[in-house]
Amino acid sequence: MTDALLFYLFAVMALAGAILTITRSNAVHSALSLIASLIGVAGLFLLQRAEFLFAVQILLYVGGVTVLFLFVIMLVNLDEEAKMRQFNGQWWLSLLAVVSTGVLSLWAFRGALALPAGTAIPAAVAAEGNTQRIADVLFSEYLVPFELASLLLIVAVVGAVLMARKREAPQAEGEVD
Amino acid sequence: MEGILYPITTAHYLVLGAALFLIGTLGVLVRRNLVVLLMSIELMMNGVNVNLIAFSHLWGDVQGQIFGIFIIAIAVAEAAIGLGILIALFRNKMSVQADEMEILKW
Repeated sequence: MTDALLFYLFAVMALAGAILTITRSNAVHSALSLIASLIGVAGLFLLQRAEFLFAVQILLYVGGVTVLFLFVIMLVNLDEEAKMRQFNGQWWLSLLAVVSTGVLSLWAFRGALALPAGTAIPAAVAAEGNTQRIADVLFSEYLVPFELASLLLIVAVVGAVLMARKREAPQAEGEVD
Repeated sequence: MEGILYPITTAHYLVLGAALFLIGTLGVLVRRNLVVLLMSIELMMNGVNVNLIAFSHLWGDVQGQIFGIFIIAIAVAEAAIGLGILIALFRNKMSVQADEMEILKW
């Protein structure tokens, strides 16, 4: 029963946060709603015994990505942008497309709706701990993808800095200021 | 009190994941602000992650969580690059509205 109540608490948090994120006209409000949504999803991870992902979600998303978003929002100064038109002209068409996709996938995957609840983890496995189980698989079976992910992150950091960096005057052709 | 609302099964998580994904899709389709567009993409990634963790829990297998970790890593890389591009765009066009990025259009 407690599980069900917590599920609905976190589910409402995730969905309400998501809806507010895409409807608020002020980008700062959007970012704060995104934080609520991400915390809701993190709670769902915890309910499903994915403790490591819960921690990663809080640290990386709530603590990292959204701060990055807020930082960029402050940097590009969206005060006058908030007064502009926020939605493009195709919102009703998009809503129709999204709702019909949802209905269609509910119908197409109706067999999945009969799936039972997750099984309780055996005591011997649970004693090992979620983090250790993940580490065992990640550093043996998925070692190469793991290393590739680290490479990807380095390239992403270098690329982001390169892109956001202010160019020096000589080769600054398209620059406005 | 058996019903569709209780007890919580894997299907509840799947529907929630799909709903998050669709809300994210809607955000990408209708918003003009590029920052909010990137946030919507993060929402979509989270919907996918909810799905993966639900199946990981259902089969008692940790592989789904590994996949979730990779998705988070890629989402973070995408956010960093996307915001970098956004700052470069803002510096050149003084705008972050998606439909004003029309240099490639003729």
